Amino acid sequence: MGRRQVIGVDVGGTFTDLILMDPASGEVRLAKVPSTLDDQSRGVLNAVTEAQASLPETALVVHGTTTTTNAVLERKLARTGILTTAGFRDVLELGRRTRPQAYGMKGDFRPLIPRDLRLDVPERMDAQGRVVTPLDEEALRTAARTLLERGCQAVVVHFLHAYRNPAHELRAGEILKEIWPTPYITLGHALLSEPREYERGVTAAVNASVQPILDRYVQNLAAGLAQGGYAGDLLVMNGNGGMVSATRVAEEAARTVMSGPASGVMAAAFTGRAAGIPDLLTYDMGGTSTDVALIRGAEPAVSNEIEVEYAMPIHVPMVDVRTVGAGGGSIAQVNAAGLLEVGPESAGATPGPICYGRGGTRPTISDANLLMGRLDPARLKSVEGGVTLDQVRAAFADQLGAPLGLSPEEAAEAVIRMANVKMAGAIRMVSVSLGADPRDFALFAFGGAGPLHAAALARELGVPRVLVPARPGITNALGCLVADLRHDFTEAVGQPLDQLDMAALADTLTRQAARGRALIEREEVSVEEIRITHVLEMQFIGQTHLLRVPLDSPDITREALQAKFEQIYWDRFQVRLEKISAAVATASTAVIGRRAAFDPARLLPPENRAATLAEACRGSRPVLFDGQWHDTPLYQRDRLPADAAFNGPAILEQMDTTTLVPPGDRVTQDACGNILIEIGGAA
Amino acid sequence: MSLDPITLSVIQAGLQQVCDEMDLAFSRAAFSPVIAEANDRSDGIYAASDGALIAQGAQGLPVFVGTMQDSTRQLIERINSGITAAPEPDDIYIVNDPYLGGTHLMDVRFARPYYRGDKLFCWLSNTGHWPDTGGAVPGGFSASATSVEQEGLRLPPVKLFKKGVLDQEIWQIICSNIRVADQRIGDVQAQSAALKTGAARLDQLLDRYGDDTVEQAIAELHARSATQMRAFLSEIPEGRHGASAWIDSDGVVNAPLEIRLAVTRTGDRLRFDFTGSSAPCTGPMNSVRATTLSSVYLAMRHIFPEVPISAGAFEPLDITGIEGTFLDAHYPRPVSGCAAEVSQRIAEAVFAALAPALPARVTAAPAGTSGNFALGGHDPETDADYVMYQLSGGGYGGNADHDGLANGCSTIGISKAPPVEIMEARFPVLYLHYALHEGSGGAGRHRGGFGLDYALQLRRGAARASFVMDHGRDGPLGALGGRDGAPNQVRVRRGDTVHIPDHLSKEQDIPLAPGDIVHVRTPGGGGYGDPLARPPEAVAEDVRLGRYSTDEARHLFGVALAADGTADDAKTRQLRQG
Repeated sequence: MGRRQVIGVDVGGTFTDLILMDPASGEVRLAKVPSTLDDQSRGVLNAVTEAQASLPETALVVHGTTTTTNAVLERKLARTGILTTAGFRDVLELGRRTRPQAYGMKGDFRPLIPRDLRLDVPERMDAQGRVVTPLDEEALRTAARTLLERGCQAVVVHFLHAYRNPAHELRAGEILKEIWPTPYITLGHALLSEPREYERGVTAAVNASVQPILDRYVQNLAAGLAQGGYAGDLLVMNGNGGMVSATRVAEEAARTVMSGPASGVMAAAFTGRAAGIPDLLTYDMGGTSTDVALIRGAEPAVSNEIEVEYAMPIHVPMVDVRTVGAGGGSIAQVNAAGLLEVGPESAGATPGPICYGRGGTRPTISDANLLMGRLDPARLKSVEGGVTLDQVRAAFADQLGAPLGLSPEEAAEAVIRMANVKMAGAIRMVSVSLGADPRDFALFAFGGAGPLHAAALARELGVPRVLVPARPGITNALGCLVADLRHDFTEAVGQPLDQLDMAALADTLTRQAARGRALIEREEVSVEEIRITHVLEMQFIGQTHLLRVPLDSPDITREALQAKFEQIYWDRFQVRLEKISAAVATASTAVIGRRAAFDPARLLPPENRAATLAEACRGSRPVLFDGQWHDTPLYQRDRLPADAAFNGPAILEQMDTTTLVPPGDRVTQDACGNILIEIGGAA
Repeated sequence: MSLDPITLSVIQAGLQQVCDEMDLAFSRAAFSPVIAEANDRSDGIYAASDGALIAQGAQGLPVFVGTMQDSTRQLIERINSGITAAPEPDDIYIVNDPYLGGTHLMDVRFARPYYRGDKLFCWLSNTGHWPDTGGAVPGGFSASATSVEQEGLRLPPVKLFKKGVLDQEIWQIICSNIRVADQRIGDVQAQSAALKTGAARLDQLLDRYGDDTVEQAIAELHARSATQMRAFLSEIPEGRHGASAWIDSDGVVNAPLEIRLAVTRTGDRLRFDFTGSSAPCTGPMNSVRATTLSSVYLAMRHIFPEVPISAGAFEPLDITGIEGTFLDAHYPRPVSGCAAEVSQRIAEAVFAALAPALPARVTAAPAGTSGNFALGGHDPETDADYVMYQLSGGGYGGNADHDGLANGCSTIGISKAPPVEIMEARFPVLYLHYALHEGSGGAGRHRGGFGLDYALQLRRGAARASFVMDHGRDGPLGALGGRDGAPNQVRVRRGDTVHIPDHLSKEQDIPLAPGDIVHVRTPGGGGYGDPLARPPEAVAEDVRLGRYSTDEARHLFGVALAADGTADDAKTRQLRQG
């Protein structure tokens, strides 16, 4: 029996999800097990067992991980030192002269590497890449030994202007290889060859300080899988939505920091492509926050300038996922002006919403959904602490209803309305800042709570329809299963268009494409096609913000490029600036290896479907919409007949997600098992 | 019929989103890096009748929080009295007159009437900092100006766009009076496009909820913001809370200027009385009325960030006693220092007065200067003239929760500092170091944050250095027994001699030759609480990280360290008791 099964597995904060696909039989198996946060690889192996996967028969395992994300956000990092240009060891602590919020002069900031592990070395390049001070190799050796004595496992070399001339960093790397006992050496220019010493330094420091952690983790996992008989290559999801072999992933560990969210967006792009809905706004609502991303033409927007938290820029290409501070645990309260506020304070996972029964006492979005009948009150019975609906109702009565003059249910409805307005506003801002009008997109809802709010949000945003995939709760694992191989390259150009050597530009792009092809051909994974996209970042001279200008091929005339840029500028700003000339800031190429197709219809096995809509209905319960209680049918999502079409109100239930369809909206299904909700009378 | 609180909240969020979207549109399309990168701009919605602030973008520059309503009010008054032409749909007025609700000349305001049918419903307005508006020096910050004419072109409110069309005659007058005029058309387009975006989004909001409902909501939100502010004010003990903040000098006359402030709560109102502050000054450290008011408002917003920006929130605040002082300067007093320096020191006075009254909320004083260093010269390698600005952060004040942040942006700003690599690529300078200003954080139970310590060398060509900074004489104030942060220091090494400006933090046109070095150390934040109450291990950690010396640990914090660098508990106890 040959190796043929493919497994996608995603480790999230709460659950580890797995999808197994057998391309020959078309069989799909799913597993959902608790994540094991002390060593995520145990959870992965549990999921493999749960799905009864046969590792010897498995051709490929693709993995999305939050190992590096958590390490960074919780600052559980490997002890790391940094060697900088003399006089510049404080760059990582000084930052860019910012504060966490516009108002309030408080805040806390811990640099990634503490001051005693930041040592400097005599050397200096100028901005043109000319040597001002030669590298003092002896001083470098001494400093490196000091870092070792202070217990460092990983080291960064970060010299000024190394993006222009990396000679000193390269030489330092050679010397370190002789004396540094681990392979964890990061040269600042290697991941990001662009000016801006803080951003480049932080990116390098993140890379070095998660390298040992990621390396140990993937090695454990690979060993565990091998023990189970797996003989293939383990691939890990990068933040750019592409995959890279576990044997090399740690070299550029910083690229995995957004691995989890990227896989969800990749699944959305895949689903949208299969469903013929290529323009999507993804909406992943969880317990504490909501992730939003934009997909155009089935391609997720990618950014080189993500800031994963305050003063933590990681400037490698990553799927542009923006986090909005509202989730099921967002707390509702009445402020001193007598107005209702929802968030940004959150009850988090502990104590969590009141309905979790973990001691939460303050009303949250989840509790409001429960009071309105949108979540199943029967679930309260299984809650450990034992919470009753009356307790939730009492909290709404006391904390919200009384000051607002509303009944508990009216207060709950107000909370949901307010939360939706806020989330819609935040999504609109994300969309507008990426140059898109949300009304031109469909909303792709997933995550635990996404499908519960999506239709109302769509109405608020003027979005005409919502797509809820077959398995909203395991979208990230699906993303692993369907992800492409992807390599991104960016080079600084920094030339006015009228002086640009167009042949040299074409040459740069062509070389980038060739490098990417070579890398993909080295992977063991078979790809069906290789796609290459070129993008120039451009601006009018004197501007600082950049616009992305996609090219059809590396060869383009100066005049055609000028015209293309002006058109994109017009589309974005409705402004023509004919007398000002344009400049090209960077030239990028993405090389994407697309893997064999996967039939999404398999995610909901046809044999489970009921013959009629009535058979898929397990009853009804009253649900509050717009001040009216509606007796709302409860459908088992997995059992809906393939041709089912019906009007809201309705609730669709499945393993870990509830989809809410308000009155006036219409539900249909497509051939892939996706639910489409057409928003009636969108505002 | 009164509106339900939920509709109110929803409309409040909607108005806020209109403003946020204007902010975004303005920054993304702007040419001026001061606007595009540093977000030195703000957008808002103002009442048709009196310009009262209805909503303003959350990411607008804090110093504009109160100036734009004043600017809009003055525009309305001039229209009503026939001085300025009456509005028509799609008109946009331009104005930068500091004495008509402004800051300094570089902050250019646009105002666009917003109509529903024939009725003027409200005003949309924005401010953007232009890189130059003419005057004696590029950029407009002349430390030695003695009248506003030396600072640049002053525009009263005039229609730059008439029914949507740019008035070429006015535009040509502007272009003939400012530097780098060819790029300004891009900023004008960005600034007007932002207002157009706002109008389109406001249309949607009004279409959805109805004009009457939104109008009613605006009135109700105004009243409720005032209620919310009053509720917060009740946290302040009744009575008088006084403090003074000092400005080194006005740049021309070398004498300190005092901001004398008495804050008094009576019932649910708070009075800020500036009686006794210094008289208007000869040099550019004057403030205008709108900026002074705005500085108080932004300080209060730093203290109570929960209250949304609206005229209602300012209603319970009375600001008195500024007449006849340098905080209410009139034509032709020079004012270029008002937005960047005087405003921050007004905020410092507010913080210092209220820290003892609101110890959980108010921080010790932050650095309080924008650290403006300008270098202008000719680069023989590119054969081009240049003007370089280095604006620097400083330490923030310690507070009830934390030590102060290091190298934070000014109180009145929110911008990022340019990277050293970008500065060196553009200008003929080499930075020798860019580091923490060690020892600068004011000692306290929670110490102040550290300032910045940088030095740069001129590599080629002749140049002139100018400084408009402050806090050179005394450091930012400590609070509740905390010590002051270290003062600002400027040193210019010319050949073999070291020059210290007479005014310490201000001087214009110091000639530099290749090899000369400018060395600046920016202030640390004030300390919070008794330094002797700081945990000895926190002091030992600061010493281990080279932030303070062993000597400073002993003298400032009363902490003795053992040979291995940890705190020596017995000796520390002795020091602290003695």
